[in-house]
Amino acid sequence: MTAVYWAAYVMLGGGALLTLVRLARGPSLLDRVVATDVLLVIISAGLAVYAALARDPTVVPVLVVVSLLAFVGSVSVARYIGGMLMSSAGDGQDVGLPEAAEEQAARAAEGEQR
Amino acid sequence: MSEVDTVRDLIAVVLLLAGAFLCLTAGLGLVRFHDVLTRMHAGTKPQVLGILLIMIGGAIRLEGWSATWMLLLVAVFQMLTAPVSAHMISRVAYRRRHVRRDLLLVDELRTGEAADRLYRGDEPADAPPEEPARALLESRRDEGTLPPA
Repeated sequence: MTAVYWAAYVMLGGGALLTLVRLARGPSLLDRVVATDVLLVIISAGLAVYAALARDPTVVPVLVVVSLLAFVGSVSVARYIGGMLMSSAGDGQDVGLPEAAEEQAARAAEGEQR
Repeated sequence: MSEVDTVRDLIAVVLLLAGAFLCLTAGLGLVRFHDVLTRMHAGTKPQVLGILLIMIGGAIRLEGWSATWMLLLVAVFQMLTAPVSAHMISRVAYRRRHVRRDLLLVDELRTGEAADRLYRGDEPADAPPEEPARALLESRRDEGTLPPA
């Protein structure tokens, strides 16, 4: 039984650690969203494994909360990143990020100097 | 703390270990793969199959209807929400070009105008537009820092 405990928790912990590596390194925000999603799933899997191995049903309601949280978090961050795109032209293709006014002014001044 | 004594417990423990192994593969895939879509492919393994296996194992081990219903609720909720969030994340990833288009075999969203023509300023470093030099020139012309050709 102890071997089963060790195997399950080592695999879950290794998966969570590798996910944290991607969360820290991930080049874009979306990589981090995916990593957070997977991390929350691994956390809920760990809670469920604990509940099953120790026959302790008190942590089961926490699973519902964690899975809700994972969904709401990833969808809201994805919506937020999608809102950073300018209104799309044509068949849903974006035309780029909105530019800050100072940046546009600096570009215009640069153009006049040339 | 109870021991594994019956066949039922053995099945539950095997299911739990399989689910934990899927979580480990998700971590490995997240670290080893190279763009958002392939990382999502790796990350969805424990989101659906792993959670299902672990919930079945937990329901076998916990032996109570209230816990079983709640575990079933979690599993159904995961299967309902995983496609939604995956769809939203991958749509934004494609539009913001966090996708290695040179590695795609089929790209059905791509049309003539949708080709990677311009620098938009938020590309990942390993996925520049096709023909980077011409793209840079055209981007400059579009924003007016260079006279049109």
